[in-house]
Amino acid sequence: MFRKILVANRGEIALRVIRTCKEMGIQTVAVYSDADKTSLHVQYADEAVHIGSHLARKSYLNIEKIIESAKKTGSEAVHPGYGFLAENASFAEACEENDIKFIGPSAKTHRLTGEKITSKKIAEEAGIPVTPGSHGAISNPDEALDVVKNMGYPVIVKASGGGGGRGMKIVHHDGELNEVLGIARGEAIAAFKNPDLYIEKYVKEPHHIEFQILGDESGRYVHLYERECSIQKRYQKLVEESPSPFLDNELREKMADAAIGVMRSVGYVNAGTVEFLVDENKKFYFNEINSRLQVEHPVTEMVTGIDLVREQIIIAAEGKMTIDQNDIHQDGWAIECRINAEDPDNGFMPSPGMVEQLIIPGGMGVRVDTGLYQNYEIPPFYDSLVGKLIVWAKDRPMAIARMKRALEEFRINGVKTTIPFHSRIMEDKDFIKGNTNTHFIERFEKARS
Amino acid sequence: MSDNIFTVNAPLSGTFYRCPSPDEPPYVEVGQEVNPGQVVCIVESMKIFNEVRVERKGVIQKILLEDEDPVMINQPMFELEAK
Repeated sequence: MFRKILVANRGEIALRVIRTCKEMGIQTVAVYSDADKTSLHVQYADEAVHIGSHLARKSYLNIEKIIESAKKTGSEAVHPGYGFLAENASFAEACEENDIKFIGPSAKTHRLTGEKITSKKIAEEAGIPVTPGSHGAISNPDEALDVVKNMGYPVIVKASGGGGGRGMKIVHHDGELNEVLGIARGEAIAAFKNPDLYIEKYVKEPHHIEFQILGDESGRYVHLYERECSIQKRYQKLVEESPSPFLDNELREKMADAAIGVMRSVGYVNAGTVEFLVDENKKFYFNEINSRLQVEHPVTEMVTGIDLVREQIIIAAEGKMTIDQNDIHQDGWAIECRINAEDPDNGFMPSPGMVEQLIIPGGMGVRVDTGLYQNYEIPPFYDSLVGKLIVWAKDRPMAIARMKRALEEFRINGVKTTIPFHSRIMEDKDFIKGNTNTHFIERFEKARS
Repeated sequence: MSDNIFTVNAPLSGTFYRCPSPDEPPYVEVGQEVNPGQVVCIVESMKIFNEVRVERKGVIQKILLEDEDPVMINQPMFELEAK
């Protein structure tokens, strides 16, 4: 087992990783920017290394500086959290070259899963249903027209280097197609340094449902069931839950098998997620692989009782996992609300600044992952996610009631947050019924205005 | 400060950028005349890029920050002379 792990991240996820390390008797090293000198992750870790200015590029994205910090502190492994360098193949490679264990999949796997065209092809070859569309990259407008002719509008143009909602455009008719391809290609080169585009049929009213997978070096795979993540705004998830109210056991089993099948074909090692779109007729399509621990992983932990970070560390250190599919059960219901420092009454504008009052909810089945404390100054330089409120209960109605109660208790004064917005979602008739496809927020906001 | 000098202040806290993107020239230089509604800089706050526009016609006298500096809400970023 590792003696010391460097946590290459900040905020609530850095704390999350440090907590498990402490429970495993592993020493921790935090890294921090100029803007994070007073952050909780710096205080919780055994050691802390300053790595640069407030600019992410010069600190949390600075591969050289982080590798140097790991070496200087004698860290044997690095946990990347999510975001920043978590899915960066060059960072995983730099760790490998410096004999530092990257807690996540290999650089080779990151390259593969980062190329959406390649991962879709692999899924298709493994017999997993994929969204109908072009086979591989589109090289010219005529080819695009041919693809569309076979399936009809609307279609979605996607960048192979994109993912997570980035680099996507919806096209409704032939007249738009050529222009959109041109714009999308320019943007793909600028944003992802990869000009490849592909076309997919636009799935109507889809549910976004993902499966948590663990894989080890001996080729063993287990799934930890699904997360329903359909409640999104501009492709950013706001509420997640497990189980999904949309799946029955038969479909759940089928999708879990498909998810394991995709990961096996990729040769994926460590924790990862397979995302699917599920249409109104309950047909599912592979969407992408997320090669990291995800923001919403706690809902899986709450229903399975398994500490995912602990499993990640064991797989990275020992090469094989200690749990078996028979040990994994989906027990009860968990819901997570993302607490963002944003003003929901003013177009979700960022709201950084001083936390003047903080009251954390408690009681049975309530978990709060946050880096906030009273008189903490939320810096304006990073993501607006400042906390996650997760509840567990025996069934969905009880989980919703508990979430409502916990949101009422939660007080963050001094900055605006998404707490009141979540309270309204918990009261929404469609949400209560479980009618939550990816257009939920659009309809929800329209109904209010 | 005399009556015809005014400042453009940060609408929210974040990072000050003088250029639309790293490969492009700055929006404005000292001595340049700007018109109402013209973009003079970007302030990035929590990954959201906000274009900042001038409200009055004027000539840029001073740029009070370096590119990529942190900036606080309401902090003056430019000093202009009214035209």
